[in-house]
Amino acid sequence: MDRSTSAVHLKGITKRFAGFVANDSINLELKKGEIHALLGENGAGKSTLMNILFGLYQPDEGEIWINGKQTVIEGASKAIDLGIGMVHQHFKLVQPFTVAENIVLGNEPVKGVSIDYKLANDKVRAISERYGLKVNPQARIKDITVGMQQRVEILKTLYRGAEIVIFDEPTAVLTVQEIEELIEIIRNLAAEGKSIIIITHKLKEVMALADSVTVIRRGKVIKTVTTKETNEQQLAELMVGRDVSFEVTKSKSVPGKVILSVDSLQMKGDQGKNALDGMSIEVRAGEILGIAGVDGNGQSELIYAITGMRKVDGGSVKLNGNDVTNKTPRHISVAGVGHIPEDRHKHGLVLDFSLSENMILGSYFEPEFGRYGLIDYKAMDKLAVKLVDEFDVRTSGIETHARALSGGNQQKAIIARELHKDPDLLIAVQPTRGLDIGAIEFVHSRLVQARNEGKAILLVSFELDELYALSDRIAVMYEGKLIGEADADQRDDQQLGLLMAGNKPVNNKSAERS
Amino acid sequence: MEMFKKIFNKSSLLIPCVAIILGLLVGAIAMVAGGYDPILAYSSLLNKLFSSPYNIGEAIRAITPLIFTGLAVSFAFRTGLFNIGVEGQFVMGMTGATIIGVLLDLPWYIHAPLAIITGAVFGGLWAAIAGYLKAKRGVNEVISSIMLNWIALFLSNFIVTKFLVQKGQQKSMPVHESAMVKIDWLIKLTDNARMHWGTIVAILCVIIFYIVLWRTKQGYELRAVGHNPDAALYAGMNVKTTMVKSMFISGIFAGLGGVFEILGVFGNQTVMAASPGYGFDGIAVALLGGNTPIGVVLGAVLFGGLSYGSAGMSFGAGVPPEVVRIVIGSVIFFVASHGLVRWFLKPFLNKRASKRKEAA
Repeated sequence: MDRSTSAVHLKGITKRFAGFVANDSINLELKKGEIHALLGENGAGKSTLMNILFGLYQPDEGEIWINGKQTVIEGASKAIDLGIGMVHQHFKLVQPFTVAENIVLGNEPVKGVSIDYKLANDKVRAISERYGLKVNPQARIKDITVGMQQRVEILKTLYRGAEIVIFDEPTAVLTVQEIEELIEIIRNLAAEGKSIIIITHKLKEVMALADSVTVIRRGKVIKTVTTKETNEQQLAELMVGRDVSFEVTKSKSVPGKVILSVDSLQMKGDQGKNALDGMSIEVRAGEILGIAGVDGNGQSELIYAITGMRKVDGGSVKLNGNDVTNKTPRHISVAGVGHIPEDRHKHGLVLDFSLSENMILGSYFEPEFGRYGLIDYKAMDKLAVKLVDEFDVRTSGIETHARALSGGNQQKAIIARELHKDPDLLIAVQPTRGLDIGAIEFVHSRLVQARNEGKAILLVSFELDELYALSDRIAVMYEGKLIGEADADQRDDQQLGLLMAGNKPVNNKSAERS
Repeated sequence: MEMFKKIFNKSSLLIPCVAIILGLLVGAIAMVAGGYDPILAYSSLLNKLFSSPYNIGEAIRAITPLIFTGLAVSFAFRTGLFNIGVEGQFVMGMTGATIIGVLLDLPWYIHAPLAIITGAVFGGLWAAIAGYLKAKRGVNEVISSIMLNWIALFLSNFIVTKFLVQKGQQKSMPVHESAMVKIDWLIKLTDNARMHWGTIVAILCVIIFYIVLWRTKQGYELRAVGHNPDAALYAGMNVKTTMVKSMFISGIFAGLGGVFEILGVFGNQTVMAASPGYGFDGIAVALLGGNTPIGVVLGAVLFGGLSYGSAGMSFGAGVPPEVVRIVIGSVIFFVASHGLVRWFLKPFLNKRASKRKEAA
């Protein structure tokens, strides 16, 4: 194949939004058959650049060359005609439709006036076999896993004849195994001659997958290097613009008294199955207990049970020795529980409230924020200014709506609010999801600091790196109960993986004897 | 000043204004198409509104109930509920006031307030039924409150014919003078326009609306539940109770609207073939006003003014009132379709932006 001309060549692309430069004369060259990573923190301008390439935005300056020809991409349909396909981070699939229906949507093979479903299924099967993307064309989207749904998205672009495929944060929603499969798929595509751009802020994936990488910071290209010439540490520093430490430094934990004690909890799930089925754990003051497990094994329900957001059908939750089972969320919060929720948009913030209004979300009823049923806006703003300052929340002001903040700053605001309550127990569910390196560092150090101050911390995470970096103990959940504990000091992915897959820990001593 | 800034921002003021102009233009086209003179029609509309103290007074009388119903719809909307049952709550307010006004005979300083409060509570409880059904059983408040509209209409007709009827008439006995809330000196001043204290209460309610939602802890809860019930639950608020409270307060506003139609304007309640329609107009008013307190007043003035002035259009330019409804309808249409108006404005706004760029 002809590798001399580049598939995409962006020259001096500049895009401005109301007084703010999202892309500042960016140059990017994607060779044919190459896997090129676009690396940068949230808000660095990666997505803007790709939306320009996909025709969703028009650049203010600069040229776009596709396959050696200068072009103007007026819209997504033009981009598709040019052979550009995009796999979005949030899938754009019709849930009740089958895989094949979704793939041919907008370009259906027809027989007379009706859709030729047989031909559609055959076509989909043919493409999926050619690229090694196994899917069942007749399965419905709502019945298949997230990883499978992503394959459907990839097949959709291939069906439309994409030669250049853009992946926007493709691994954000996948499990460890699914990520490995995806890497394999992307390699296959490149081997078939497709040119690939991956937007990401995850360094491991860049190193594992890409041929070359372009680092963007604040709308400017910092450097383009091949992955052979670089390493994770260097990329991180290029991306953040300063030294970064991956290691979380923490001393050995000094566990105190039991703060949280959960005993054989039972809770019905949405499908009638027991979401919690005899779950028991204990968390002591001054320690971080990490909860590992594949998503959907009762982690969310455990948190709902502890915080009172959903009623349990059996078992008990004790806080500082007091029974708080099935008490109201208000009661439990006041009793000393801080909660950094899994979904900060759904639970953590009222996005259309100002930042300062969000800062009193769990404490507005306290007398310090006003008496006689009125809200003391001065006290509220004072607290907000203090917390914004202390936790370095980057915002144009405390009157800014929470919606306008970046994900990292929204998370900082939530952490600030929950720590300000000075809770005995802090629950953190996926506290760094979707955050960039700088913000992750900050969140981790704050959690460790809270532990050192003697708070009990319950951490739920799907990132093994995070679990090992932070936890003093790791408990593994499987099908609504505790299946075992993994050693938090000696990292052993194999052992943890087996537990997460539901294999009971083998008693080593008896195994040796036999 | 800060408060004003919160209530208005540039686009929230610009877009309704442009929408109104576009609506009037479409109305003009409709009139031209029907062979009427739009300039004469609009000038006689204005003439009707401002020609005499009587007309000004009567226009205010027509605007007052719309402020109440507009507030009622907006309040529920602010807490994430669509109270389409304002109509029924309005009728219940009327009925409550009529019952007290007709059956009891008390000194005025007890009678009038008692009638007002009873009507307001009737309206509030009527709305709270829909709120309770939503909170407890998950019944969609749109469906339940529409149904309650009909129940309210026929229940009030039943009460009037059964207990309050004036012999041989299709209406109740007159409300005792001690319960009436007319403003006599203003009536004299406006040549017998039906002026009453309800207008003052409506303005007070606008202020109360603002204070409750943006100054109290209760309002903080109401808004939080409206924007994001999941986060409200997380924050330890009682989402269900808050829904019922919100509907109750909304219903109080609606009920007050009905109360003053009886105690301020008519002095008796007729047996109605159909409900008076103020509640539904209130939805339009809330929409026009962007669910802000000041916006509701402006929306009510526009809506009530146009409705009342339509008589002038018919009289002065021979335009049938149906065409006036076309004008009102197109104004609402343009306000509701923000996107359309933005699209219409785009070339102008772009020009301005590029000029600014050149300047910079």
